[in-house]
Formats: sequence, C-alpha cells, structure tokens
Amino acid sequence: MVPTIYYVALSAALFIIGVIGVLTRRNALVVFMSIELMLNSANLALVAFAQARGDVGGQVLVFFVIVVAAAEVAVGLALLVAIFHTKHTANIDVISTLKG
Amino acid sequence: MELVVFIITAAVALTGALAMLLSKNAVHSALFLLLNFASISVMYLLLRAPFLFVVQLIVYAGAIIVLFLFVVMLLGAERVEDEHDQLGRWQQPLALVLAAALVVEAGYILFRGGATAAQTPVLDELFGSPEQVAAALFTTYLLPFEITGAILLAAVIGVVVLHLRVQAKVAA
Repeated sequence: MVPTIYYVALSAALFIIGVIGVLTRRNALVVFMSIELMLNSANLALVAFAQARGDVGGQVLVFFVIVVAAAEVAVGLALLVAIFHTKHTANIDVISTLKG
Repeated sequence: MELVVFIITAAVALTGALAMLLSKNAVHSALFLLLNFASISVMYLLLRAPFLFVVQLIVYAGAIIVLFLFVVMLLGAERVEDEHDQLGRWQQPLALVLAAALVVEAGYILFRGGATAAQTPVLDELFGSPEQVAAALFTTYLLPFEITGAILLAAVIGVVVLHLRVQAKVAA
C-alpha cells in the first residue's frame, strides 16, 4: 500500500501548481482551469485520508465537491461568455469593472 | 507494484498540470488538464474508490473539459494573453515569490514528521465499494445529497438566465 503522505505530497504539489496558475496567467479560462486543478488536488487528499482512516465519508464529501464543481463550471463559463460578449476579451487585466 | 503505478501516475499528473500551466494556447491547456484529471482518476482506483473513479471520468474528463473546450473555441480566446500585456510587469515575479513561500510552507508541514500516521485500520474487502458509498450517501448524508439537487437546479436556471441576457444584448 502506498503511504498516505505520498498522496498528500502529490496533492500539495498539484495545489501549488494551481495557485501559480491563478496568480500568473492572465487568460480567464486558464485561471478557471487552475481553480479546477486545485479542487482536484483537494479531492485527492480527501480520498487519501478516507482510505487512511477507513471511513467512507471522505469519498462522499468528494462526490459533493464534484457536484458543486460541475455547477460552478457551468455558471462560471456562462458568465465568461456573457463578459466576452460585452468586453470582447477574456484577459483578466482588462476585465476590471463589475458594470457590464 | 502499487508504488510503481503510483509513481508513474503521479509523474503523469504533475506533467499534465505543469504543461497546463505553461502552454500558451488555452486549447492545449484544457487537453493537458484532461491528462491530469485522467491520472487523478487512476489515483482513485489505487485508493480503492472505484465509484469516484467513474464519477471523475464522467463529470470532469467528460463534461467539464468538453465544456471548457467548447467555450475556448467558441470565444476564440486561445491566445488572449498575447494581445494585452500592458499591466503589471511586477505581478509575475511577485506571484512566483508567493508560490515559493507556499512551497516552503507545504514542505515544512510534510517533512516536519510530527503528524505521524495513525494506526492504519484494517480495511475489509468492501471498503469503498459503490454499495458502501451509496449506503452512506443515502443514509448519513441524505440531506446534503438532496441539497445537491437544489444546487444543480440553481446552476441550470442561472445559466439559462445569463444566456437570455446575452441574447437580448446582442439583439439590441
């Protein structure tokens, strides 16, 4: 069996890559993908801990996270499409006002 | 044996994530993210979560990545970063410094060694089987499961309303 700490280390590495993506990339879609990557790394840690504790609750929590992530992606991408129609860009340096 | 599979899969996952971060084209980013999601689903198999393996493949690799690809191609936003890069030359180095701080923090916590793993419980054959996950989902976590339906409904309504507004603005 692979030690849990390995999974947690991989999860931390993926999370940090996601953070770097959010901080450095300017394409709103890539920023969004980085957020998905962070959600996934947290899920991986949750499943690893579920196995380490012998408790299936962690897997159920990951299921809920996946549901919320799916809803979030649908709404977020619809928002991006709406912003793109008014601003004609997906660069988050340009999109700096709330008013459409 | 399991460790070998883990190392290979972890390498693929990290490669996918890094390539997602570094590729200039958003379509390539989405495809590398797909690689990452697929390798994480293999991790779920290693962690005895076959139900989440299937859910990960269907929802993330199937639905979410396809949605991303559709939107990127629909908007033609593959390379928006090339056009405007006038703001904040200092942002990128600062972001890397902050990320390095995060790496140090994570490394410290991982290698501190204080949190030694508790005695790993002996897992029975059934652990993580879809039956067991479903039993927990429909008994202990029944209320959150039903709230999930409300969240999905709210997302559907929100997307439709946003789309209607865009259409009205385009028509006007």
